[in-house]
Amino acid sequence: MARLVKLYSQVDHIKQQYFIRNRIAEENRQKENEAAVRIQSWFRGCQVRAYLSHLHKNATLIQKTWRGFTARVLFRQRVKTAYFIMKMNFYNKMAVKIQQRWRGYYVRKYVHSYYARKRYLEGLTRTNAHIRRDLEEFAELQRKERERITLEKEEQEKNIQAQRFHFLLSTKQRPGVFNSPFRAEPDEMELRLRKVKPLLVRSAPKERKTPDIVPDLSNLMPNRERLPPIHKKPQGPFRPALEVQQQRQRPLEPSLRVATSITALEEAREELKRQEWRTRVIDQTRNIQIWNNMKFPSIFKHEPN
Amino acid sequence: MSLLRPLLLDAVPTIQQTAALALGRLANYNDDLAEAVVKGDILPQLVYSLAEQNRFYKKAAAFVLRAVAKHSPELAQAVVDCGALDALVVSLEEFDPGVKEAAAWAISYIARHNAQLSQAVVDAGVVPLLVLCIQEPEIALKRVAASALSDIAKHSPELAQTIVDTGAIAHLAQMILNPDAKLKRQVFSALSQIAKHSVDVAEMVVEAEIFPAALVCLKDPDEYVRKNVATLIREITKHTPELSQIIVNMGGVAAVIDYLGDSKGNVRLPGIMMLGYVAAHSENLAMAVIVSKGVPQLAICLEEEQEDHLKAATAWAFGQIGRHTPEHARAVAVANVFPKLVNLYLDTESSEDLQVKAKKALKSVLQKCTYLPALEPLLYEAPSNILKHVICQFSKVLPHDSKARRLFVTSGGLKKVQEIKAEPGSAIQEYINAVNSCYPEEIVRYYSPGYSETLLERIENYQPV
Repeated sequence: MARLVKLYSQVDHIKQQYFIRNRIAEENRQKENEAAVRIQSWFRGCQVRAYLSHLHKNATLIQKTWRGFTARVLFRQRVKTAYFIMKMNFYNKMAVKIQQRWRGYYVRKYVHSYYARKRYLEGLTRTNAHIRRDLEEFAELQRKERERITLEKEEQEKNIQAQRFHFLLSTKQRPGVFNSPFRAEPDEMELRLRKVKPLLVRSAPKERKTPDIVPDLSNLMPNRERLPPIHKKPQGPFRPALEVQQQRQRPLEPSLRVATSITALEEAREELKRQEWRTRVIDQTRNIQIWNNMKFPSIFKHEPN
Repeated sequence: MSLLRPLLLDAVPTIQQTAALALGRLANYNDDLAEAVVKGDILPQLVYSLAEQNRFYKKAAAFVLRAVAKHSPELAQAVVDCGALDALVVSLEEFDPGVKEAAAWAISYIARHNAQLSQAVVDAGVVPLLVLCIQEPEIALKRVAASALSDIAKHSPELAQTIVDTGAIAHLAQMILNPDAKLKRQVFSALSQIAKHSVDVAEMVVEAEIFPAALVCLKDPDEYVRKNVATLIREITKHTPELSQIIVNMGGVAAVIDYLGDSKGNVRLPGIMMLGYVAAHSENLAMAVIVSKGVPQLAICLEEEQEDHLKAATAWAFGQIGRHTPEHARAVAVANVFPKLVNLYLDTESSEDLQVKAKKALKSVLQKCTYLPALEPLLYEAPSNILKHVICQFSKVLPHDSKARRLFVTSGGLKKVQEIKAEPGSAIQEYINAVNSCYPEEIVRYYSPGYSETLLERIENYQPV
């Protein structure tokens, strides 16, 4: 009860205070409202931000894993290509080494071959020596040929001169100019004069009546090999040619006496003997025996068996 | 002239012939007289009667034409303008070889002067007839026809090609081994004039299989035959390395070197030039020339010959041989050629051409030469631009060869090098420094000029303790 009395004594105070406090609250309502709005907005903001950050984190996570995945795929690809490139570089370097060696070998053996060049130069010196020798020989031959020709020409000229000076040959009575008796041997011109045949001197050509045109009889004659006979009829009382020919070519007809040889008898005997020797088989026939016996009567005593 | 002209129209043929012969001999003697013949309007008359008269007249008329045409291109043009070419072509178709010879001779003198006249001659259709003339049995006709072909071919490649197209090469090649010397001269001259113009024509000449036979003619007793053969070989080897290789493989180089040994004077020129051309193509061919003993022979030529152009050609040939590798340069150096070349370069009486060629040859050979005994005498004699190369070679060789260094010092070369005055920074100074750096400093100081003076000065400055 006491509480209640206290409370009723405070009612006016409470009412006053209620109005004062309401007034204060009303005065502060704007500010407090704004503050509450601000607090709420900040809080909502925080909420939303937390939500957003949560979303962001999830999105980031997804993106992260995805990106990691694709990047790893790309990376593997890149590793593969890098590996491939490294391998190719290595192969290229090795191939270059092989090609270097091969090219060096090839060039040294075939293109700029030292030994081939040496052989070529040796061959060239040999060819040169051959050619030099051949040319020398040929020149020698030519020179000899020319000398021979000049010598022959000189010989010819000397011979012609000797032919023209045939009258200078020495005779038995009188030695010639080239055969002086005070010399040991006659001069070579003398020997030439002796050797050489005299020159045929053609006299001046006789004047013909028709000098330009000579009748060409060869075209008229049919048989060109044989010349026509000089005379048609033989001269003088000769036997006819046929008879002479027959007589000249008649065969020999010897008489029997002439024809038999001088030893004809002996030859005939020989022939007979040969015939007997050939044909007779039995030498002692009965007739011959009897005949032989008749010559020697002592044999009659014994009768032949 | 006015007296002779009416005689040409005389009734008696002998008088006409003799008048023509007289005109020919007059025109032959002197070019003023030839001009007088042209001015006297005699040529049209001759050309007209060339077509009609007998063979003696034709010979005499052709002789007049030849005598007039021989002196100068204008006179030859005057002969052509009178329509002489057609008449001469008709004469070439005659039977008598004397007429053909006279006509061919006239044609060759007309064609000799310049390319237009040769072209006019070819346009008149002369070349096939000349090729037919070459095949005739008379030697004089062959000679003149060959010389006509040679005169036509020498001016231009097209004319040479025209001649080749008529198949002249085969006939010319057949006549190579004919015993007549003058014919051989003309044949080889014709072949060389044809071959000089281009590679294709030269190849065709080689394909005609003249080669081992032509080398034999290098030993012919007639020197102009030899000279023409050498000219032919030179024209062929000038074009390409392959052609030179063919000739070298057949032993042509040895034959030409022997030819150089046998001949004297101006006729050596084609041989020397041939060796130069062969060596110029490649180093194998240059080595072939060296191996065939070409360098001693060329050195003899350089020694013996007095004419400047021959010496210039020999110097050029040495340059071509020695410029390829150190081996080649050594072969040239061993023949003791450098001092002579230096003398030729320095001699004030040598012509410009000779000096230029000697200098070029020295430069190109010295740049490859590593044979020190031949380089040393040059240190003393050579002018500065040659000396530069000599010292350059020393600076290349000395760092690597200790025996050479010792020899260089003992022979006095180092002393000479120290005495050379050179501007600092020039190429010579660099080479001298390079040479000096091969030796220890004391030796360099010992050989530098004025060393004895510096030593004496040190005595003066020295205070004994």
